Amino acid sequence: MNTQEALFEYTLRIGDDSLILAHRLSEWCGHGPILEEDIAMTNIALDLIGQATTLLEYAGEVEGKGRTGDDLAFLRFDRQYKNLLLVEQPNGDFGMTMMRQFLFDAFRKPFFEKLIGAKDLRLSAIAEKSLKETKYHLKHSSEWVIRLGDGTMESHNRIQESLNTLWRYTNELFYSDEVDALLIKEGLIPNMSEIFDIWNENVKNVLAEATLTIPSNNWKQDGGRKGYHSEHLGYILAELQYMQRAYPNMEW
Amino acid sequence: MVDEEKIWEYLEEVSDPEIPVLTVVDLGVVRSIDVQNNHVEVTITPTYSGCPAMKVIEEDIIEKLHDRGIKNVSVKLTLSPAWTTDWISEKGKQKLREYGIAPPENEVDKSVLFAEPTKVTCPNCGSKNTKMVSQFGSTACKAHHQCLECLEPFDYFKCLK
Repeated sequence: MNTQEALFEYTLRIGDDSLILAHRLSEWCGHGPILEEDIAMTNIALDLIGQATTLLEYAGEVEGKGRTGDDLAFLRFDRQYKNLLLVEQPNGDFGMTMMRQFLFDAFRKPFFEKLIGAKDLRLSAIAEKSLKETKYHLKHSSEWVIRLGDGTMESHNRIQESLNTLWRYTNELFYSDEVDALLIKEGLIPNMSEIFDIWNENVKNVLAEATLTIPSNNWKQDGGRKGYHSEHLGYILAELQYMQRAYPNMEW
Repeated sequence: MVDEEKIWEYLEEVSDPEIPVLTVVDLGVVRSIDVQNNHVEVTITPTYSGCPAMKVIEEDIIEKLHDRGIKNVSVKLTLSPAWTTDWISEKGKQKLREYGIAPPENEVDKSVLFAEPTKVTCPNCGSKNTKMVSQFGSTACKAHHQCLECLEPFDYFKCLK
């Protein structure tokens, strides 16, 4: 793997996280528990789509094979998507969606804060832009986790159940392999090793405030970064890609 | 010879598609104008990553300059430095207020959970007795508030720094 291939892979991973989570959130459009939350979730989805657009366009340029951001979003097969397993997990109830969002936002904020320091100027610019939006997302999801966790018996039990379900996917947030190692060695991206501590501290504090218990089960699942996904991704892609597959090159 | 000053004036006539009371110059999305020989390059930046208005703004700028006889125009998009609400001009803030959208107040602390949100002044009656209904409003750049004096709901152009 050379530097260019690693940079392509790295950008794709971050871009796919935004793309797939945006798709999940947009499934709530018209189904939110209250109007304000319907609007909030689709607003957040829009920010993530914006991030995915800039990231996948950049990935296409880095790859240098003439693929556009749209080509990458709509015309790859499931094994070629490199998003985290966490973001493709089904919405479940509103609490499950907020817990998934919180675990992800708590990672994204310190991640973008670090990435601003990247020597790769495009990644740095995208991180600078995205960080401002991510702060709003994290505040929103944290408040809901606390409100539901420290709410009624019913809301507490249900969001605890969501945490138990999603916890196994959190280790993958900090997945790193030869792709990261090469880019760090070449000095294009900063070393991200400290962000686990920041994430861990923030997650512990918010979950404590929410009176939720971190699961003791330490089984951790990964695979997304290498293209090994849960069964859910295929269904997302079927919907996401339908138009381009049925009517190639269509525009509207 | 194309005059850069003139182009800034022309762009004062291009309104933002989502908040038509503001021009793209008021909003601060036009970052620079570069005139080389007879070619004009206008650099713009999005307010939010997913702002769906960017394509329309680009087309409107080109169309406006074409109408003014400047044919050789290109529009470039830049992400850095990232847009902040500080770039909305004073004139722009005044226009927002008159239009019924509360302009961004100085700072919103996004790090403190459940902190008392900034007291936003109602653009309708001027009262500070208002509450935030939702952090996310009718577009990516606005939050939804309500005045507790005149009871009018209103949009707040949220602070982005």
